[in-house]
Amino acid sequence: MVIAIASGKGGTGKTTVATNLAIVLARSGRQVQLLDCDVEEPNCHLFVHPEIRQEIPVSVGQPAVADNLCRGCGKCSELCQFGAIICLGDRVAVFPELCHSCGGCMLVCPEGAITEQMRQVGMVELGAFDGVAFGHGRLNVGEARAIPVIAELKRQKHEDAVVIIDGPPGTSCPVIEAVKGSDFVCLVTEPTPFGLHDLIMAADVVRQLQLPMGVVINRSGIGDDRVQQYCRQQGIAVLAEIRDDRRIAEAYSRGELAVEACPELGQVFHALAEEISRQVRP
Amino acid sequence: MLMKIGIAATGGSMDAQVSDQFGRCPFFLIVDSDTMRFEAFTNPASDMSGGAGPAAVRELVNRGAEVVIAGRFGPKAQSALDAAGVRYVEAGGKVRDAVAALKL
Repeated sequence: MVIAIASGKGGTGKTTVATNLAIVLARSGRQVQLLDCDVEEPNCHLFVHPEIRQEIPVSVGQPAVADNLCRGCGKCSELCQFGAIICLGDRVAVFPELCHSCGGCMLVCPEGAITEQMRQVGMVELGAFDGVAFGHGRLNVGEARAIPVIAELKRQKHEDAVVIIDGPPGTSCPVIEAVKGSDFVCLVTEPTPFGLHDLIMAADVVRQLQLPMGVVINRSGIGDDRVQQYCRQQGIAVLAEIRDDRRIAEAYSRGELAVEACPELGQVFHALAEEISRQVRP
Repeated sequence: MLMKIGIAATGGSMDAQVSDQFGRCPFFLIVDSDTMRFEAFTNPASDMSGGAGPAAVRELVNRGAEVVIAGRFGPKAQSALDAAGVRYVEAGGKVRDAVAALKL
């Protein structure tokens, strides 16, 4: 079973939920794999301290143009959907950061002037902590596209485990890449106007992906009940509420798991796991 | 000396303002520096989410622009202009006045 943890608004507690859910499930005897797919700013490792045993470099292709063969016909430019290769009179300019590595320009060049050059954009690291299989991706600073690293990380998914995906914040392409193909999406929010606003956008995205979803209200008590009202109106299950507790923030600031600092939270995460199970296999 | 000057503009006439943006400006004018005859067209790159600068450069190069005026140029636009060997100048005010200033 693959459970994706997403949000909408950043900072609502995705990593808190993902890491604590993973450890609680593992301690109850399940095979668990935690994949931190927020490759632009991975942070699960700060709380679970994995031992990294394998590194997989991630590279993407970009066009290399042989100027002596190029005759400036412009076919590569016409084909490119992303403006990554531009024909300017008799020569061609390439913008690697815009290239989506489709290989189309290479195929369409009548002179055979374009070849593929690989560029490393990031790294996938695999390992384990406390009997939980772990993986995360790191996108190199300056790279614009997270998807190739997320895709490589998801290829390392274990078929026989409960896979928990810590997704990136927001609702853009990296989120779709992280969340798609999951069995269930857990949307973490805070009970504030900001939280609700972005939750609505995230729920809309998940609905379009046609994936079952539920909501976890983190820091419950700091705002109002409009998130609950929204969930009721939309028929979205509220899977769990984690009460606002300064001890959780203190644990976070020490790089400690919430369930270590507040053992009674173990019960909350167990119940969350049960509820998700119930939603996936009714 | 005859020059074809490309100008990023907010409207399609010589009395329009030079656009502060280059890649996503609404209009371009190409002015013939000798005759002051001009053609105006909507910028095909104005809706692009990425790579608008290089795409706009491509359009201007295809139409023969040898020097380009706009308020400012993004880094990819600058790269594309350099690659094309086209000079670029940052300026503001009316299109007509910017062209006159360039000819001095």
